[in-house]
Amino acid sequence: MGRIQLKSVTKSFGDVEVIPPLDLTIEDGEFTVFVGPSGCGKSTLLRLIAGLEDMTSGSIDIDGADATDVPPAKRGLAMVFQSYALYPHMTVRKNIAFPLRMAKQDQAEIDKRVEGAASVLNLTDYLDRRPGQLSGGQRQRVAIGRAIVREPAAFLFDEPLSNLDAALRVGMRLEISELHERLATTMIYVTHDQVEAMTMADKIVVLQAGVIEQVGSPLELYRTPRNLFVAGFIGSPKMNFIEGPEAEKLGAQTIGIRPEHIAVSESEGDWSGVVSVSEHLGSDTFFHVHETGLAETITVRADGEVSFRHGDRIYLTPRSDVIHRFDAKGLRFE
Amino acid sequence: MARTVTTQRKTLNTALAWAVGLLIFFPILWTILTSFKTEAQAIASPPIFLNFDWTLENYAIVQERSDYMRFLWNSVIIAGGSTVLGVIVAIPAAWAMAFVPSKRTKDILLWMLSTKMLPAVGVLYPIYLLFIQLGLLDSRGGLVVVLMLINLPIIVWMLYTYFREIPGEILEAARMDGATLKEEILYILTPMAIPGIASTVLLNFILAWNEAFWTLNLTAVDAAPLTAFIASYSSPEGLFFAKLSAASTMAIAPILILGWFSQKQLVRGLTFGAVK
Repeated sequence: MGRIQLKSVTKSFGDVEVIPPLDLTIEDGEFTVFVGPSGCGKSTLLRLIAGLEDMTSGSIDIDGADATDVPPAKRGLAMVFQSYALYPHMTVRKNIAFPLRMAKQDQAEIDKRVEGAASVLNLTDYLDRRPGQLSGGQRQRVAIGRAIVREPAAFLFDEPLSNLDAALRVGMRLEISELHERLATTMIYVTHDQVEAMTMADKIVVLQAGVIEQVGSPLELYRTPRNLFVAGFIGSPKMNFIEGPEAEKLGAQTIGIRPEHIAVSESEGDWSGVVSVSEHLGSDTFFHVHETGLAETITVRADGEVSFRHGDRIYLTPRSDVIHRFDAKGLRFE
Repeated sequence: MARTVTTQRKTLNTALAWAVGLLIFFPILWTILTSFKTEAQAIASPPIFLNFDWTLENYAIVQERSDYMRFLWNSVIIAGGSTVLGVIVAIPAAWAMAFVPSKRTKDILLWMLSTKMLPAVGVLYPIYLLFIQLGLLDSRGGLVVVLMLINLPIIVWMLYTYFREIPGEILEAARMDGATLKEEILYILTPMAIPGIASTVLLNFILAWNEAFWTLNLTAVDAAPLTAFIASYSSPEGLFFAKLSAASTMAIAPILILGWFSQKQLVRGLTFGAVK
């Protein structure tokens, strides 16, 4: 069981308030991702939940019990750190066994659980090695192994994949998602990578400067971002924002249209511009279009077969049903 | 051309290093040589370097006159005891300064070190009176405590420097894994800092072994360590240079051998932070 509730939590470092009063509930078994640009307070928020950082005011409930003054060791949470934070002087076996040893489990039970975790994480052959003899991906698995053996109320992940190379990152992303499916334990995952957030989360919490901009499922955030910040942050490539007459036509200060919602043509369309750069990904092609008179650059996502070159004039047509309208305060309205 | 210059410079540097090394080592060498001379040869002028009649007589006499083993044993207890006690006190202190520093941590560290700048004789009176009051004069226990306190600033400083190199996240991970503060220090911090703790222990053992001011002033017979053993052979007339040298050689031999075998740790300890 791992329902976590933050009630008017604040955090200041000296005179600097990094988290203004914040309320948030994470349901039991939910995979929640905190996402936002660096310095938005997402890691601080996670460390407040972990108990590694003291809150300035407010309270935290874990499973209905007030955990505000409970030390990290007693909160029943497990954490996976960005740097893995393995114990370098211990073998993989001892690393994974450490939380069980601290919980005074008997040796037979420890062995059983360590073997179990190792087989789930493909670490059986590495149990007697030290962290220094492992690759980045393996180290990350050991860190996860150390977290799962103690069957915590919730897992906390602090940018766990940012030290891995791109291919490994995708693999580990899947492994963590599968782990969540199997364990059905509450997981809180911090990342600055919106792709990780979109692919893994049940619920995404978008943060900026310590303030929650929006909470919702990945598709809710994609389809109905609450404001310009969320609209720009979620989705890749980034949403195009257009101000001026074109926005006024729709009664908005700013309109936003995602690159995948713009059709391209070489002969006709609502807007026209000149291709500056085209990026071919095979499955898709991204065109960065200048001289549209709408914004400095309009990014378009087209089929991989479509081919225009630098300097070609092309015509763009947005899908009118998915144009987002924002008011002067940057809030989206229907 | 450039290469020749570098080679020349290297040779010059090596020669210079050897010269400085020999200069520093010469008094020790001279002491050792003198310990094998007769008393007459020891004060001969001009001094005799190597072609004297080598004799073990001095060692035999020193051995006969005083109980070397008792002094040695006192030295081991006092140096070892003060070092171990110091490390036990310093580890939690250094932990606090390295991982939960406050605004005043730097000041406290400097203030602690500043006590080392105080001339020891300045506090001789109060400490001597305290020792009389507490009945600690000429006791090994009393000296262990005094030497521990005297070297504590250095031990804390050294451990603090080592601990700062250990990533805080690893200790946080231990906390998340359910370790209490004691378990965190015992199972994670200390084993990770073993190389640092080893060089700290070594350096402080040597400092305590060589400490003469307090050991000479606060002991008489029962707790007298090797420094007192050497002192007992010094006389103002300088008539017993050879025996004094033999006693000195016997007193420094154990620490010299220890130092020789642990050169690596010592050098690492002394240059820590300077090179990574």
